Amino acid sequence: MNTSFLQEARLKRQIWLDMLFRGMTRLSAFGVLALLVAILGSLIIGSMPAINAFGFNFLTSAQWDPVTDEYGALVPIIGTLVTSAIALVIAIPVSFGIAIFLTELSPRVLRRPLGIAVELLAGIPSIIYGMWGLFVFAPLFADHVEPWLNDHIGVLPYIGPFFSGPPMGIGILTAGIILAIMVIPFIASVMRDVFEVVPALLKESAYGLGATTWEVVWKVVLPYTRIGVVGGIMLGLGRALGETMAVTFVIGNAHELSESLLMPGNSISSALANEFTEAVGELYTSALIELGLILFFITFVVLSLARFMLYKLGQREGQST
Amino acid sequence: MNAENIANPKVVVKDLNFYYGNYRALNNINMNIAEKMVTAFIGPSGCGKSTLLRTFNRMYQLYPKQKATGQIILDGANILDPKQDLNMLRAKIGMVFQKPTPFPMSIYDNIAFGVKLYETLGKNDMDERVEWALKKAALWTEVKDKLKQSGTGLSGGQQQRLCIARAIAVKPQVLLLDEPTSALDPISTAHIEKLIDELKEDFTIVIVTHNMQQAARVSDYTAYMYLGDLIEFGDTSTVFTNPKRKETEDYITGRFG
Repeated sequence: MNTSFLQEARLKRQIWLDMLFRGMTRLSAFGVLALLVAILGSLIIGSMPAINAFGFNFLTSAQWDPVTDEYGALVPIIGTLVTSAIALVIAIPVSFGIAIFLTELSPRVLRRPLGIAVELLAGIPSIIYGMWGLFVFAPLFADHVEPWLNDHIGVLPYIGPFFSGPPMGIGILTAGIILAIMVIPFIASVMRDVFEVVPALLKESAYGLGATTWEVVWKVVLPYTRIGVVGGIMLGLGRALGETMAVTFVIGNAHELSESLLMPGNSISSALANEFTEAVGELYTSALIELGLILFFITFVVLSLARFMLYKLGQREGQST
Repeated sequence: MNAENIANPKVVVKDLNFYYGNYRALNNINMNIAEKMVTAFIGPSGCGKSTLLRTFNRMYQLYPKQKATGQIILDGANILDPKQDLNMLRAKIGMVFQKPTPFPMSIYDNIAFGVKLYETLGKNDMDERVEWALKKAALWTEVKDKLKQSGTGLSGGQQQRLCIARAIAVKPQVLLLDEPTSALDPISTAHIEKLIDELKEDFTIVIVTHNMQQAARVSDYTAYMYLGDLIEFGDTSTVFTNPKRKETEDYITGRFG
């Protein structure tokens, strides 16, 4: 009698604990959602004065003048998009090469040390990249690379104007290259991880038909791992879009629109970091908050596009992912 | 052993040894593979039958610590010669694996993949080749309306026939089958076995199998291997009904292995 009562009590307690546990997990999951809504909400509320003052013009105007209280976000938006694009253009092929070498070609003894080196690179704080970029990379770039770009690519039709200008070392191109160096370890290590899970038999089947390493990687490994690869690239892109410290050091922080990539520019996160402390007046602060909202929106659009792209790729292969 | 008696050998294996690092996995293998016949390798796990098969297209070369010595002669040329062009070798010797391995692309592209490595065909010629290979592999009627769909969406047995079609689309002379039905259900297995019987009109087939009944059903010659040695090799009917060696008899009667 007594024991069965005890058992029943224990059972009740277990049921209660189980419910508590379920409630906690649910709370955590919905907490994320609530947080997201709260951040988005406060960004929207904070940027209302700017939205009311400038409306849609905020997106298309390159005017950023705290003295006259006129703000337009075109320069930082373009700066963010262009630096991230440069970063990806450089980082994707390099990361692909690193991952292929580490999984397919490298001698076994080199795999671990090289893999660890790539991961260590990912762990370096961004401020270090910024300092290195400003004090080491930018002067070298200004002395040796930018004059060459001016002389050889700057004279070409169509793309020439993008690569001509004073060799200052800091600017959009430099920021893009530093970003590339920062995102390479992320993309490369994700790519390596997904390449490693490709079944050996699948690769052997392709080799067995007489395919070369390149053909195996390009036509079998890459399609097989495309979801992971796109995921890795998105991880890198996410970091590039939001990166603040390193970019601030080398981008030049100038609210000027120039078609030359060698000229200084600005990015959204860089503008926020530099100007929030000195933002006086409601409209100035509000314009900066609206910049943050735009960055939020860009990131969201980019992620959605990636999802859509994967969906389309899957459809083309007759497969619903 | 009557390995030397095979009239018209397509492949001649001479004094073949194989090493995984320092471990010797094959000991002085000598055998002749008859042209347009089915030769089966049987034996318990770890006996070296798959290893032997994988020397025929030098698949082992993907792995740095594996090496083979001796000779495997195909059409008068030694396959193991370092000067042998691997891609051309693999065009002549196709392979199908234990598990179906469709590439992550459409059924059509799966077949065209290997062909494109060696030949530049126009669209019509390629269409014909794909149809030819799929018909040879007895898959055409099942997939002809969904060639653009992914090869990974087929059933296991269909996937394995797709892999066979992919291998023969290149028009190899020799087809290596490494336990091709070990991952399939009995009906799909019967399909593949029937197919092997038809394919030997055009191809020299070497099959590794765990399943002795399968070897008895599909092969003309059978090699019994144990611990890296070729114990007995001869006519399938002789090996199964009247083996010369005690070890072979023990294995095929199920007393061992």
